[in-house]
Amino acid sequence: MEWISLVDLAHGFGIALQPHNLLFCFIGVLVGNLVGVLPGMGVLSAVSILLPLTFGMAPVPAILMIAGIFYGAQYGGAICSILLNLPSHPPHAVTCLDGYPLTQQGKGGVALGITMMAAMFGAAFGIVQMMVLAPYIAKIAFSFQAAEVCSLMLLGLLAGSTLAKGSALKGLAMTSLGMLLGLVGTDTASGIERYTFGRFELADGIELVALALGVFGIADFLRSVNNVAPVNTTYAKLRLRDMRPSKAEVKEAALPILRGTIVGSLCSLIPGTGPVIASFIAYATEKKMSRHPEKFGHGAIAGVAAPEASTHSSIQGDFVPTMSLGIPGDAAMALLLGALIIHNITPGPRLIVEHPDVFWGLIASFWIGNLILVFLNLPMIGVWVRLLTVPYRYLYPAALFFICIGVFATRNSLFDVAVTLAIGVLGYLLLLLRFEPAPMLLGFVLGPRFEDNFRRALDISHGDLAVFVQRPISACFLAVSAILLGLQIVARLRKTATPLDLRATVVD
Amino acid sequence: MPNRLQRQRECYAGALMTFIGVLAGYVATTYDIGSLRSMGPGFFPLVLSVLIAALGIAIAVAGARGADTATAMHRGAAAAHGRRGGFDLRGWVAIFVAVIAFIVLAWFAGMAPATFACVFIAALGDRQNTFRSAALFALGLTVFAVVVLAWALHVQMPIFKGL
Repeated sequence: MEWISLVDLAHGFGIALQPHNLLFCFIGVLVGNLVGVLPGMGVLSAVSILLPLTFGMAPVPAILMIAGIFYGAQYGGAICSILLNLPSHPPHAVTCLDGYPLTQQGKGGVALGITMMAAMFGAAFGIVQMMVLAPYIAKIAFSFQAAEVCSLMLLGLLAGSTLAKGSALKGLAMTSLGMLLGLVGTDTASGIERYTFGRFELADGIELVALALGVFGIADFLRSVNNVAPVNTTYAKLRLRDMRPSKAEVKEAALPILRGTIVGSLCSLIPGTGPVIASFIAYATEKKMSRHPEKFGHGAIAGVAAPEASTHSSIQGDFVPTMSLGIPGDAAMALLLGALIIHNITPGPRLIVEHPDVFWGLIASFWIGNLILVFLNLPMIGVWVRLLTVPYRYLYPAALFFICIGVFATRNSLFDVAVTLAIGVLGYLLLLLRFEPAPMLLGFVLGPRFEDNFRRALDISHGDLAVFVQRPISACFLAVSAILLGLQIVARLRKTATPLDLRATVVD
Repeated sequence: MPNRLQRQRECYAGALMTFIGVLAGYVATTYDIGSLRSMGPGFFPLVLSVLIAALGIAIAVAGARGADTATAMHRGAAAAHGRRGGFDLRGWVAIFVAVIAFIVLAWFAGMAPATFACVFIAALGDRQNTFRSAALFALGLTVFAVVVLAWALHVQMPIFKGL
């Protein structure tokens, strides 16, 4: 069995190393790294802007490039947090706590060097996990029928909305709202148009890109314009030589990296717990296990190494449920899922068998991409730092234009551009009221498929809801969902430390 | 401890969700609901609408009782983004007009004028841009758009229309 996957992996490398694919993998990680460094530019908006440009490409390079943006941004994000105390990416908020003090002590280079080691190790572990787990999970998932798929999606939706940032109730509301927006368009079963208000442009539904760019692009500009604080780059001068950690520092970081990696990979196995939660848990674990907990927050190397390792291992691990089950764990993976669907690849258990090029090519490109990133970041650090000073006043008009043209190019419709603007206003209102937009995207992508499977399951059972608990695997998923909800309610009532409160204390 | 402003915000948040739920639910009842045995197109939307409305009420109630545990987290996140917060009329107007100008000009005049107008107007929304810097930047991006998007990537929009 293992040999077969090694053969497959070799096949994957053959695909990923084709000059054409290698080029787009490189572009992906480069853009990701760039976006990660630029303050005021999120990964989700970057991917949504680039998504329309990939429509004309073959599926393999397109997917390699989009995936590259996701993990490439993690490398860039770390630079921002350590050198500038500016976590433009949520998973790196914890890295600031000890990374910036290290920079102030003149050890920012060492912190970055340690980060690169942690990133490489965490990512490698995450990729191996994906290589081993995804095919097995897919094999189990072959026996899934509509009822199982439905319960699993419910679990994913619940976890994605309650465990993500912010209040659980609001997360649930946003997921439901996303599902509702996903219903717009022609109902596949009856052919009736729903929520189109007689506009034929909406008969095919709201475009994923329009929704993503509305909430992550326009809504964000409406909030940020003339509101972005200037970046302080006093400490951000570095040479390559500064980045080599001493032997003692490597030794200090080794165990935290290992522990962080394991935390990250465990978190990626639970649907809905992405890199953000993984990094917070890894930091808290290190602080608890350390013999010098008082050093944390004042430049502890472990406080940089552990969360960075966990972020990277969980980012790679997050690809497992997306690729093998077709159920994304968070908004970023929901976008990737959307990209797969746009390229006519149905994510799910059949993907590995039907599109081995995509699956194994992607895994091989992870290895290559991570290597590129390490070697890209070491000598280029000075360039990235200079990029940080690209002012928002140029960044945002350009991004706004790319949003307009990108949404238009998706299906050559100017109506969609107007829809994006409308969604942007709604998104801004929701941001003001402290709703998190990410679960909405998850609901939007999964909603229509959930309805489809729900209907099919009840068609087969002649309207008997018991089908969801009578089938054992489905019952298991529902039980986990119930436990998840129960824990949230109990934690709320008893006011004990949930991961949410934990994060609140870490950030405060 | 959540203060009065936060409680008010939670009530508005709940009210907005309830409003959306009720509205969507009303529209859903105009479709065929069907039954569990054979669901009509209105079944799922109705269930979802009721859920959204109920969650809206729950958010308002929880907020009014001061159970908003997420505030500390959000404060951290907001500080992390380096935003000072607040509403900026100039930026708002610029973003709106820029997008609408793009739509109108793309329809009547083609990609080059639409690009220039969109970038120029949006750039003027930022107080740090001058008339001159905005125009130069818009011109540069227009050239880029024509070369990369129209010629290299074949975006289906004529560069100039009706000339």
